[in-house]
Amino acid sequence: MIDFLYPDYEIIRNEKRCITCKVCARQCANEVHAYDEELDCMVADEKNCVNCQRCVSLCPTRALKIVKTNNVFKENANWPQVLITEAYRQAATGGVLLSSMGNPQPYPVYWDKILINASQVTNPSIDPLREPMETQTFLGKKPQTVKFDKEGNLLSESYPHLKLEVPFMFSAMSYGSISKNAHESLARAATELGTFYNTGEGGLHEDFYKYGEHTIVQVASGRFGVHKKYLEAGAAIEIKMGQGAKPGIGGHLPGIKVGEDVSKTRMIPQGTDAISPAPHHDIYSIEDLRQLIFSLKEATHYEKPVIVKIAAVHNVAAIASGIARSGADIISIDGYRGGTGAAPTRIRDNVGIPIELALAAVDARLRDEGIRNEVSIVVGGSIRSASDAVKAIALGADAIYLGTAALLALGCHLCRSCHGAKCNWGIATQRPDLVKRLNPEIGYERLVNLIHAWDHEVKEMMGGMGINSIEALRGNRLMLRGIGLSEKELEILGIAHAGE
Amino acid sequence: MKKVYVNEDWCLGCHLCEYYCSFANSGESNMIKAFNKGKKTTPRIVVEEGSAINFAVQCRHCDDPLCVKGCISGALSIQNGIILVDDTKCVGCYTCVLSCPYGCIVTDHEKVIKKCDLCASNSGTPACVQGCPNAAIVFEERS
Amino acid sequence: MNYLIIGNSSAAIGAVEGIRQVDSTNPITIISDEPHHTYGRPLISYWLEGKLSDEKMFYRPQNFYEKNNCKLLLGTKVTAIDIEAQVVQLQDTSFIEYDKLLIATGSRPLMPPVPGLEQVKNKFSFMTYDDAKAIKAILKPDSKVLIIGAGLIGLKAAEGITKTTSDITVVDLADRILPSILDSEAAQIIQKHMEQKDIRFILNNRVDSFSSDTATLSSGETLDFDLVIVAVGVRPNVELAKEAGLAVNRGILLDESCKTSDANIYAAGDCTESMDITTGEQKILALLPNAYMQGEVAGICMAGGQKTYTHAIPMNAIGFFGLHMITAGTYDGEAVVTHSNESFKKLVFKDNVLKGYMMIGDVKRAGIYTSLIKEQVSVSKLDLELLHSKPQMMLFDKARRLEKLGGVHNEN
Repeated sequence: MIDFLYPDYEIIRNEKRCITCKVCARQCANEVHAYDEELDCMVADEKNCVNCQRCVSLCPTRALKIVKTNNVFKENANWPQVLITEAYRQAATGGVLLSSMGNPQPYPVYWDKILINASQVTNPSIDPLREPMETQTFLGKKPQTVKFDKEGNLLSESYPHLKLEVPFMFSAMSYGSISKNAHESLARAATELGTFYNTGEGGLHEDFYKYGEHTIVQVASGRFGVHKKYLEAGAAIEIKMGQGAKPGIGGHLPGIKVGEDVSKTRMIPQGTDAISPAPHHDIYSIEDLRQLIFSLKEATHYEKPVIVKIAAVHNVAAIASGIARSGADIISIDGYRGGTGAAPTRIRDNVGIPIELALAAVDARLRDEGIRNEVSIVVGGSIRSASDAVKAIALGADAIYLGTAALLALGCHLCRSCHGAKCNWGIATQRPDLVKRLNPEIGYERLVNLIHAWDHEVKEMMGGMGINSIEALRGNRLMLRGIGLSEKELEILGIAHAGE
Repeated sequence: MKKVYVNEDWCLGCHLCEYYCSFANSGESNMIKAFNKGKKTTPRIVVEEGSAINFAVQCRHCDDPLCVKGCISGALSIQNGIILVDDTKCVGCYTCVLSCPYGCIVTDHEKVIKKCDLCASNSGTPACVQGCPNAAIVFEERS
Repeated sequence: MNYLIIGNSSAAIGAVEGIRQVDSTNPITIISDEPHHTYGRPLISYWLEGKLSDEKMFYRPQNFYEKNNCKLLLGTKVTAIDIEAQVVQLQDTSFIEYDKLLIATGSRPLMPPVPGLEQVKNKFSFMTYDDAKAIKAILKPDSKVLIIGAGLIGLKAAEGITKTTSDITVVDLADRILPSILDSEAAQIIQKHMEQKDIRFILNNRVDSFSSDTATLSSGETLDFDLVIVAVGVRPNVELAKEAGLAVNRGILLDESCKTSDANIYAAGDCTESMDITTGEQKILALLPNAYMQGEVAGICMAGGQKTYTHAIPMNAIGFFGLHMITAGTYDGEAVVTHSNESFKKLVFKDNVLKGYMMIGDVKRAGIYTSLIKEQVSVSKLDLELLHSKPQMMLFDKARRLEKLGGVHNEN
């Protein structure tokens, strides 16, 4: 039966450069490349090519490049080729379309429509190489006022908090959706950087308990891998209510990814699908959420902050207000560009709202209601650079969750095929021969490098504004101006237009 | 002494080390020339492939080398800890192939035998180490 | 301390290098009846063939003796050893004293008692540089050469002269060539290959009598020749040791430190016996690697160091006209034979260990098999399929591989 499908990509091999070393064939888990003995040359069948660039990166003579095919259907402004192809695919299988990583559609990126201020003449700028510059930050509930006794001892109640040496954390990615080596890279990098990584819903592998002080343990609707020791191991506990890539739906780790280790870590039988329900079946109200928060606090002797993670959706400000009142210490908001190991395409591409707008709305609402100090706000869902991060902090974020950026440091080329479980970079796979492609020794170093680089850049930009600490930048919307934005957008973001 | 070691946990079996080795010893200025027109140059490092395990093996530069002791012509010798072969003396009897417990003496149609010299005749870090995409091959001191 | 070495070949050089690992100063005297700087004995066929020049014959560089503080007495023969007085007597009746003595006298070619052989003028052995030089001096393109003995030496001689003459006949009593290292099937492969290079074999036959230029075989056939190369075997040079009262069987008897029955006298090389661990028998293993390693052990022990020589096995690597073969161990046991791409391989197992192997053609990485024999590794722990397919480190489990390749450990 013909499937009407034509490969998206073409592999261009420069035969003059190819030395037939076969590394492309050996490294492609999708079996696109092969050596043909009769022709004594490499051949390619692009049908399964996902453009992950593994072959291109390893080719020792740069004989390869991958280009988008220029085979085109008849032009149609209403029916772009991708929608026609997706219809063919579904007509053939009857299935829901699956995708991975973040929403790639051409919606506006507000980060790119916001500009940062710099000092001139008055309020002079600061050179971070010469003067102290603070990017350390603390997450958790803050006391409304600070009182001391005559001896200078703190009288106000203090709350459990997280201390971050840099304003970045690695966002939740479960062991299962990503490999053990990816987890080890994140855990070691978080430890070295003095920040935190997040287990996601996959439990904590026994080898990683030693990184517990730099681990945020997640409790999600499937409750996979949750037990007392697990809760006690982490520095904070995150209740996952939603995920930016797929708000309103649960998760599904296919049985093929549930090998011996994943099974043990998640506490489910080997080879069975791990299905996280769409809702927490014990949470139907803010009061229910409060119960879970306090159950977890009780279980960990009120020593650890509790984070509640939600997806950025239409009434996010009201939801955040409820969470702030439910006893959570930190609210994490995940924008619609946030990544995933697998999500239905239609959901990923059409549900949720931009993190920029959600963040601005939540921060404004909590301030208006006078409860901003009750919680810290962490945002994720596509912060792509240090400048995005500076803008996020100025819009009110306390810290940044990085998922996709961290994966890029590990070698991810955003081919968005994680759901295929054959990640050629050893990240989103459990196949031992692929997992070993990610050497944590290299992975962790690249993560550390990336965060150090971003931290330097953050300091540089803060210095330019004459600001020397994250605390002074947080919510400082005067430092931002919009460009090419409507009145409404500026109003939601709470910033003036450039030139104002 | 620094030697080349392979950590099989990270060896991908990509065989790039073999190609970088051949290239480094080809005397050519670029890799394409080194393998031009189907030129088959035997590397001095061998990748062993198993179902889930791969690792590269090359001369261990033993302190007590059986290949050198067994050499009938005196072509093999130890110079500063590195075991070298003098091409002009080797007659290709393969007694070293018989002796080496790691199978690291390479037989070759171009020359009589070949073996890893830790890139002593090239420069700096051995080519296999430089070319390994996953840092599975390291050049370091171990005791 | 005063070291004396009788002999100047691999065992002697091994001893010098062994002594110098422990003692860098005390003088070493080397006495050899040959007039040459140490040379690789098996290289003579390559030299004869024209593959090697004179200066490439040397087993060690020109400055070897000087660098190692060795006094060299070439063209000198030792006639007796007095173990009480710790002196050796030379041909010219002078004496040399020693504190530690190494006997590395090697072996000499055997001359079969064939009637008429004494009247053959152009008869040669093929053991020494001088033998090769003598052959080269009279060999002409039309020379008819008769080689008695289809062993390693006889066949190497045949290969060595094949570029000069094409009329070469090899006669052997055995039913196959290389009978000491190959079985019939393997021998056939090599024989065919050599026959393609115009070497003629007459097997299951022997020379009953010689005239000055003909040989009459037991089959009745008569062969004309211009020269005869006799390569029917070697005999260890043990007379000195025997007359000195040392324990000698077929070869000189040694302990694991290569010491003879006299505390100040060591021996190494073709004149000694060692224990073949594949059979548990004492035998002469007249092989260059063994000679060197025995010499080295002897040298180290003579200088007061400690090392033992164990794990000896018969083994050979040799090639004829580009076809290589490697053999090791013994062949009594259960055989696994594989043929592929003009290659032949036979592995022999007994008592759960690899006892011996033959590889012809593809000999890649054969040393891994050799190490299995030497270390007497139990094959029950190994992946047999991998073991049978080709020599590879993958045979061993991860821990063993780490030990072998991880640089922690280095075995002999």
